[in-house]
Amino acid sequence: MSKTSREQILADIRSNLPEQRVEHPQIPVFQCPASNLKSVFEEHLVKAGGAAHDIKSSAEAEAKLASLHPAVRVVCSAVPEIRGTRRAEAVGDPHELADVDVGVVRAQFGVAESGAVWLTQEDLVVDGLGFLSQHLVVLLDPDQIVADMHEAYRRVHLDQTAYGCFMMGPSATADVEATLVHGAQGARSLNIFFLTGNGAA
Amino acid sequence: MMSTQKQADPAAKASLFILQDDIHEPLHDRFLWATMKRRDAEAAAVPEWEELREIASKIKEHTLTHLDRYLEEFECNATKRGAHIHWARDAAEHNEIVHSILQRHGVGELIKSKSMLQEECAMTPFLHNRGINVIESDLGERIQQLDGQPPSHIVFPSIHKTRQDVAHLFARTIGTDPDNDDPHFLTEAMRNNARPRFLTAGAGMTGGNFAIAETGTFVVCTNEGNADIGAAVPPVHIASIGIEKLIPRVEDMGVFLRLLARSAEGAPLTQYSSHFTGPRKGGELHIVLVDNGRSRRLGMPEFWHSLKCIRCGACMNTCPVYRRSGGLAYGATYSGPIGVILDPTFDEFKYSELPFHSSLCGSCSQVCPVKIDIDDQILKWRRVMAKKGYLPIAKRLSFAIAGHVFGHPEEYHVVEKVAGPAMDYAPHFLLYNRSLNPWGRDRELPRLAQQTFREWYLANRREASVQD
Repeated sequence: MSKTSREQILADIRSNLPEQRVEHPQIPVFQCPASNLKSVFEEHLVKAGGAAHDIKSSAEAEAKLASLHPAVRVVCSAVPEIRGTRRAEAVGDPHELADVDVGVVRAQFGVAESGAVWLTQEDLVVDGLGFLSQHLVVLLDPDQIVADMHEAYRRVHLDQTAYGCFMMGPSATADVEATLVHGAQGARSLNIFFLTGNGAA
Repeated sequence: MMSTQKQADPAAKASLFILQDDIHEPLHDRFLWATMKRRDAEAAAVPEWEELREIASKIKEHTLTHLDRYLEEFECNATKRGAHIHWARDAAEHNEIVHSILQRHGVGELIKSKSMLQEECAMTPFLHNRGINVIESDLGERIQQLDGQPPSHIVFPSIHKTRQDVAHLFARTIGTDPDNDDPHFLTEAMRNNARPRFLTAGAGMTGGNFAIAETGTFVVCTNEGNADIGAAVPPVHIASIGIEKLIPRVEDMGVFLRLLARSAEGAPLTQYSSHFTGPRKGGELHIVLVDNGRSRRLGMPEFWHSLKCIRCGACMNTCPVYRRSGGLAYGATYSGPIGVILDPTFDEFKYSELPFHSSLCGSCSQVCPVKIDIDDQILKWRRVMAKKGYLPIAKRLSFAIAGHVFGHPEEYHVVEKVAGPAMDYAPHFLLYNRSLNPWGRDRELPRLAQQTFREWYLANRREASVQD
């Protein structure tokens, strides 16, 4: 069945292809105005509903998390810098994440033009950590910020991960009278901790 | 195509929307215009914006003119990564495939994110009739589902509703306080209603905004993160993807993501741009590649460019006719200018009215991020409908005017050139008080009778020559 549909669709496409075959255009390298990528990133992150904090040490990260989320029970961490109450590596099934108050992960890099961070399945350990957690704390090395999406796509390796996400701030919706509300289905808040990785590239 | 369907009458339905009260239509108009202004500001902030549009258009044209090759490449790479690929010639086959996957896994309830393709296939009623409960997880889609209505906008499904409408709907359906119409409260109520369903659903479904041949990846863009929960939590993920969503390479994505959310909502990206390459750890992934008339459209020399559409909705937000009529008036899966040129490819008779419900102002083509010649195609569809003898209800009175433009394409192009800039500079009230709106027949009728499209056109031509 499926085999014949496949052949039929491909045959229909071939017989209907427009006569003129269009060449793939070259994508030029667009010159970005020289600027402080970190501050541009931060500006866009705030517009997207997120916030950023300069953090110097693991201890400061722990303290900052505690002050941002004082009354939480479950902190599920996928990073060595923050211990949390549960380790992401210990989670077997995503349903176990249903009670997570704060998820902590490290992003590989950020994108200045949007304030988004790139997170993969390997960074999240369990994909659901990025979405079932009520709040997210994302560690980011401030030296790992690219200017725009063109550069960003040169850094992702889609052939090496089953899941990757450009995450720009917390979950949002404007479906009721076009009013912006954060925390629609995913994280209610997203805090970026600028913290250099432990020798990570 | 022959149709047994009743002809859609957008004029009558638009009148209902406009005349219901003095609140809905002005609010709808204001929301969409505000979105358009945000889009304009974002576009203006990107120096290479016009270049990006041109490149995006060319990438799409390249892909579509080599579509067989890229589909095979996508299939090969996605299969290598462990995804199951299915091919569906039409809506019926798509629905059967989805049903059989769900049956095999004994799924009684699934949670889905927004997919215009699944709307197009009428998948939800099909599955409901077979005992499978389908829950929409996008807030706007869920609102529409609870109200028994299709989405009225491809990006903002419930944009035609007021907060009071939603408060009353939620009170009726999920038991919230009918007097609390705070959007924060309503969003929170739905979050709490949906959360347990994500955890118990046997499968999650998504659409796909882009499918990358080079890696077998598909990309889903949402603001709520609902697609990600649906993909990350239930054991089975099924994605429905139209065959026109292919793009060749990872590098191409940079162009499209820079354009999509800026065009759609005036933001640099959606909150989540998620890339799925094979199943997640411990999960199962099915991708249904759907034709449903797309290969046939590819063979229509005048209309195949409509396949470039990336479903941003900018043409709807800028359209003076759409903004006043509401999306439900079109009586079709796709509304607004893009709907006017897509819907007739599914059923020429049923949607024969749609091409006449346009002012041909050309604003849609100017904002389209992939440079589809929307207004030009609308005019060509009018010609098709006229040739087939589907004389539209509204234009029976003013057909002489349409005939004039048909007969003088060079004048049409003057209109096209003039109307775009006019849209940018004309104050809002000016646009509205001219008879751009063929649906004004129940409203402002005396004035409508005084002023025709031709007069509008002549007036604008004068304005343009002054500017020149």
